[in-house]
Amino acid sequence: MNDFKGQTLSWKLDGGIVEVELHYAPCNEIGLAMLDDLERLVQALPELETQASALILYSSRKEGFSAGGDLRELYRLSLATEGQTRADGMRAFVERVHRVANMLDASPLTTIAAVHGICFGGGFELALTCDLIVADKMARFAFPELRLGIIPGFGGIPRLRRDVGNAVVRDLLFTGRSINAVKAQAVGLVSQVAAEGEALRLARSTAAQVLKYDRYTSAVCKKFAKPIPLEDLRREIELFCELFERPAVMEALRKFVGSTDAYPYLP
Amino acid sequence: MRTLDQTTGEVLDLAAAHFKVPREQLSPGDDFYRKLKIDSLQALELLSRLESHFGIELPDYEVQGVSDFRTLADRIQARL
Repeated sequence: MNDFKGQTLSWKLDGGIVEVELHYAPCNEIGLAMLDDLERLVQALPELETQASALILYSSRKEGFSAGGDLRELYRLSLATEGQTRADGMRAFVERVHRVANMLDASPLTTIAAVHGICFGGGFELALTCDLIVADKMARFAFPELRLGIIPGFGGIPRLRRDVGNAVVRDLLFTGRSINAVKAQAVGLVSQVAAEGEALRLARSTAAQVLKYDRYTSAVCKKFAKPIPLEDLRREIELFCELFERPAVMEALRKFVGSTDAYPYLP
Repeated sequence: MRTLDQTTGEVLDLAAAHFKVPREQLSPGDDFYRKLKIDSLQALELLSRLESHFGIELPDYEVQGVSDFRTLADRIQARL
């Protein structure tokens, strides 16, 4: 399937480049709808990979790349269940997200996240599956999960540790603060900083450069240069699920959902 | 080295220019959420612009609860 238009995202293959547009209001929250569409994307990857060399992941939402996990949906679904059923539901969801993230991470395509605005939590984790992040100078990155009593659960910690040093990993996780694109580039998270509104254009230019090289060689190079930390990813799922069972998490989610702030996920 | 008054002035200049509010309508003690008519997402954008303008990092937790220009400038001043 070379073209797809879903509820939360669309993709099209053109000239050897797959462009995946996230367009789910308000800011590409990752819940069941987004996960369904992401699963469609990774199912289509094997066919796309025979015709493309690069994939660009970007958002057409003005607020940013993605605000992260859909916490309102998570709270609603969690309220409807309890005990082991709730825990099993959460684990099943996280396992699905990890399968998608691992497939994106392992794709032989050179993957580029074009990021603008907010790139928080699960959205940041999605960007970290990509080989390169090109960021608008006004983009901001954060892992605010600890304020909810959980850790990033979509593969964020192992992938962050793969890319940057401990000072940055711990600062982002333990303080929940956001960093701008220039800082993110300085610490090795972002490969290029774009002028405002130019991240997608730079990502396209980068993808066009990638197309000049032999696809097989690029894929071999990626596999060697970017190993997937599978053992740590498994451990993260266990820790996340363990933490999620604590009553403090439901209380934090309740407060989040009850917030009247237009953007309660912000620091 | 800038003085706090100079830093405050630059914060006001930047906020007025970016959010298209006449500079003369802004004062150091003003609540910037109210005066600029911005939400928390735009406040985050203001933070990015201030970091870029002053060449500093300003962690979110240092400006949590801050809503007036003078206190914001004071937080910036501590990192210049």
